[in-house]
Amino acid sequence: MTSLVALLTDPNMQWILLGCILLGLSSGVIGSFMYLRKQSLMGDALAHAALPGVCVAFMITGTKSMFGFMIGAAIAGIVATFAISALTRYSRIKSDSAIAAVLSVFFGFGIMLLTEIQHSGAGNQSGLDKFLFGQAAAMVLSDVYTMAVISVVLIGICILFFKEFKLLSFDPGFARGLGFPAGLLDKLLMLLIVIAVVAGIQAVGVIMMAALLITPAVSARYWTEKLGVMVCLSGLFGAIAGLGGTVISSLGQNLPTGPLCVLCATVVFGVSLIFAPQRGMISKAIVRLNARKSLEQGVGAQPREERAL
Amino acid sequence: MSSFYVILTGMLVAGGCSIVGCFLVLRKMAMIGDAISHAVLPGIVIAFLISGSRDSVWMMFGAAVLGLLTVYLIQLFQQSGLQSDAAIGVVFTTLFAIGVLLISVFASNAHLDMDHVLYGEIAYVPWNTIEIAGFDIGPRAVWITGAMFLINLLVVGGFFKQFKVTSFDPALAASLGIPVVFFHYLLMSLVSLTTVASFESVGAILVVGMLVVPPLTAYLLTEKLSRMIAYSVGVGAISSIVGFYTATVLDASIAACMLCVSGVLLLLAFLFSPSHGVVWRKLFQQRGIVGENSK
Repeated sequence: MTSLVALLTDPNMQWILLGCILLGLSSGVIGSFMYLRKQSLMGDALAHAALPGVCVAFMITGTKSMFGFMIGAAIAGIVATFAISALTRYSRIKSDSAIAAVLSVFFGFGIMLLTEIQHSGAGNQSGLDKFLFGQAAAMVLSDVYTMAVISVVLIGICILFFKEFKLLSFDPGFARGLGFPAGLLDKLLMLLIVIAVVAGIQAVGVIMMAALLITPAVSARYWTEKLGVMVCLSGLFGAIAGLGGTVISSLGQNLPTGPLCVLCATVVFGVSLIFAPQRGMISKAIVRLNARKSLEQGVGAQPREERAL
Repeated sequence: MSSFYVILTGMLVAGGCSIVGCFLVLRKMAMIGDAISHAVLPGIVIAFLISGSRDSVWMMFGAAVLGLLTVYLIQLFQQSGLQSDAAIGVVFTTLFAIGVLLISVFASNAHLDMDHVLYGEIAYVPWNTIEIAGFDIGPRAVWITGAMFLINLLVVGGFFKQFKVTSFDPALAASLGIPVVFFHYLLMSLVSLTTVASFESVGAILVVGMLVVPPLTAYLLTEKLSRMIAYSVGVGAISSIVGFYTATVLDASIAACMLCVSGVLLLLAFLFSPSHGVVWRKLFQQRGIVGENSK
């Protein structure tokens, strides 16, 4: 226990902790809108689609600068969202197939560029793909500042446009009918997702980022029927996942932060799945049991009624 | 000869994936290939930890078990009322996280390089051959992917009517007495086995792409399921051939080039498909407007 306290007072540890909590918080908030729009796997696709952007950024600048990579990844992510929405809008391709196709083709293109760079023998290309796998332990103060600014901006925009995003998530046709610029709002939401993904992948990696966007939102949905509560809960669950993962990973050697954050989020999901009121497995079982009991009583009572008649 | 084997393997993978991929696209479960290819990681690591060797038979066994577990878990969550994309997302990220954790805790000293074990390289196919009684019968990957292609062809061909009805109208299928859930699990098992059999020799990303991109291209070209499957096998074959030669010209990864070619074919179908292409539709619209005005 004393070692835990020592770890928590260690300044380096505090940065990582704060960074992961902020990341979990903002991705939880954004993720709940994606879940309601049935685009949960968008985060996964955008995180994979970042690879060609990173490669092109390296080819242009010739250096491995984190800032350049982030710009490249963000541009690639925006192009990917445009590709997905074009495929679903102008043809009969459904959103899940469009996401899968864009994910694989973009990632394939990225691998092509990556091998091209490796074979062309440019000096310091090694570790280019490390950007995609994430290293939370290497987080420094400036990264935490970036993360803090990004999450404040993301959450601020979500609060500001809460009503619009709500409408867009539940009934985009109605939103258009009321005169809201639905297309523009849709692009804004996509831009927020791209920003969250780009900020997240270098910290926790592609798959872990996808998980932080999906799992807290899914868990929050079990507890409530109101969007406002769901968004808050989802952010809270994300923050818990970030906190739990960082603390557990600091307790032992060789424990990577990203996967542990994901597993913490999964534990929260498991608890929600079982114990949530109304939608959880236990309360569903109780409802079913009561229904059966009342049915049996009803069946038993029927003949008596007939006799009374 | 070696380039022939690489192209042949590519075509077999593309063919096997396309056959089952068509049904995934129609059932709106296209992301399942991506999910399986990530979720098998803990199976591979556990197989490695138990057997202590990097023998690919054990690893494929572990991967196959986890692949089946993944699709069953996804199905289970879906039946309990979770959105399908959310169920996919929760299951595969969790399993992948367990895999990464297992590697870094137990196998960080062992040489379990994820790049090599998980994501095979199609360029090495010709050198990994099988010998029976001292006689070289060709690369292992060709046999494995060829067997998988045949199994898919036979199962889907044999139960074509049942797969078709359950994909388009599950309620009708149930009322006709077709065991809908059984066929769903059968299809998912085929997808899972195809993914595992293929990625070990050609790399995960090619499998994930081939499950979706050629079927989607075919989806934009035809209205009939049987033609859709045939077209998508054809598109996969063309992408393998063109992709191989593109890769030799560009000196880049062969699997990635095959995938990029199939992406280009999808783009072409999206723009110029006779029935669904954007360009034709735009042209018709304009001609229609001009025709209206001139009247």
